[in-house]
Amino acid sequence: MSVKRIVSTTDFVANHVRSIPRSGIRDFFEIVQSMSDVVSLGIGEPDFVTPWHIREAAIYALEKGKTGYTSNLGLPRLRKSIARYVRQNYQVDYDALSEVLVAVGVSEAMDIALRAVINPGDEVLYHSPCYVSYSPSILLAHGKPVEIPTLAEDHFKLRPEALKEKMTSKSKVLILNFPTNPTGAVMSREELLSIAEVCEKHDLLVITDEIYSELSYGGEHCSIASLPGMRERCIFLHGFSKAFAMTGFRVGYACAPVALIEAMMRIHQYAMLCAPIVSQEAAIEALENGQAEMVQMREQYQLRRNFLLNSFREIGIPCFNAQGAFYLFPRIDQTGLNSREFAVRLLEEHRVAVVPGNAFGVSGEGHVRCSYATGMDQLEVAVERIGKFVRSL
Amino acid sequence: MIVSEEFIASVRGMDQQLLKLLEENALVSPETLAKQLNLSVDEVKSRIKHLEEAKIILAYKAIVDDDKAEFQTVKAVIEVRITPERGGGFNRLSDRIARYPEVTSCFLMSGGYDLLVFVEGRTLKEVAMFVSEKLSTIQGVLSTATHFTLKTYKEQGVMIEQEISEERLKVSP
Repeated sequence: MSVKRIVSTTDFVANHVRSIPRSGIRDFFEIVQSMSDVVSLGIGEPDFVTPWHIREAAIYALEKGKTGYTSNLGLPRLRKSIARYVRQNYQVDYDALSEVLVAVGVSEAMDIALRAVINPGDEVLYHSPCYVSYSPSILLAHGKPVEIPTLAEDHFKLRPEALKEKMTSKSKVLILNFPTNPTGAVMSREELLSIAEVCEKHDLLVITDEIYSELSYGGEHCSIASLPGMRERCIFLHGFSKAFAMTGFRVGYACAPVALIEAMMRIHQYAMLCAPIVSQEAAIEALENGQAEMVQMREQYQLRRNFLLNSFREIGIPCFNAQGAFYLFPRIDQTGLNSREFAVRLLEEHRVAVVPGNAFGVSGEGHVRCSYATGMDQLEVAVERIGKFVRSL
Repeated sequence: MIVSEEFIASVRGMDQQLLKLLEENALVSPETLAKQLNLSVDEVKSRIKHLEEAKIILAYKAIVDDDKAEFQTVKAVIEVRITPERGGGFNRLSDRIARYPEVTSCFLMSGGYDLLVFVEGRTLKEVAMFVSEKLSTIQGVLSTATHFTLKTYKEQGVMIEQEISEERLKVSP
């Protein structure tokens, strides 16, 4: 008679999945959900509803019976719109039919890009504080995440020296995300040139996540893919969630040289088959006719950014003037609290949710992420409560 | 108050931004406006005062859902054809019509009629009486066509049925 083994179901979970730490945001989310009367600056998505003409295009697609699969790479009409949009706004030329892949958001595009290029043990560099998915996505692709801390005094820009310092013979990929979630950092053409130079010299592939690029307030956004020689070593990722307030549509895209798109396609076709057709139809409408609303939303974000920044300065919370995305990343360590203590006490004592900076990497410690993708009335209440909290410390 | 040319010109730029914000929500505090526009509170206050004095800001009002407020109002839109006059064109007559308290808005239009007149009354009869007894009898008014509104879906840019976004996550990456 065999002895019955005591097996926990977690034993079925793969080791590399088990080793992925719980997201600091998820953790915090659960505390917030259990409370009422919370004003949240913790939201990483636009508060605007998708512009009506875009929603209407989705409805029309349904009415016309567009409910099937599309080609794996996405609707050719959408890919043509994307290629034109990228050419006009980012000055990079991609062939619509062979160099564009429509994905289920930039999240999927990032995942398949990493899986398409990483051999086990390859090192993937990324600047931090950064979006929460980068490190886990690298681990899931059996790569080794290498965090490059950026500094508040540099306005969280990536310095070429800092990049060089972290490079080894195994370095293969650099992930860039400017404007950055969670800091709102941006990089100018000149600053990107110095990064591009390092990438060329050391033969790095760049995956550039441009999801916040339309939300730049301090002048023209520049993509590293547009710099001389960089197109061939770049995977350009972008989507509709932030610029067109379409988070729930789950649609994004990757543009890259044929060989890379072909490699990503091999994963995408089996994992996802294609992005939802209704979302793709809505995305066409966004690119073709969505500029005016996009500009209006950007103007609103900028006014809110000004309001929040000026309010923080009035309260005495140091914060650099972030030029992109919809986040401010103020310093709070002068209060004597760490990120988590600050966020938890602010939530429990004054019912304002901000996200602890360390959820975005070790270098985010001492800061909190405040999203201004929320209405002015909510921002006013939040600022009043944060002021009270800081004065009470 | 005499309004200088420069003042009217300066309405562009910063004042236009200020006006846009007030058009959205007239109750925003000068403190908030100052922070949004990177101005001092005093500057915001004085700009608003100037805009009011120059009659660029004409009034502040609330937009009310009449049904929820249980206001028994009857609204109608009237297409009016009038005879233009030598010298004044449509202005004198239009101004005369616009002055009736029943008239809430009045526009000179291109196309098949001249004036579009929005009127409000407590009852259907009241509005009908206004058209037949007052409006139609004005010398120069050639014809009227009255349309009563049945239901309001959107009022001055505000949807009557607001979209609910309660399912929005309170914290997301």
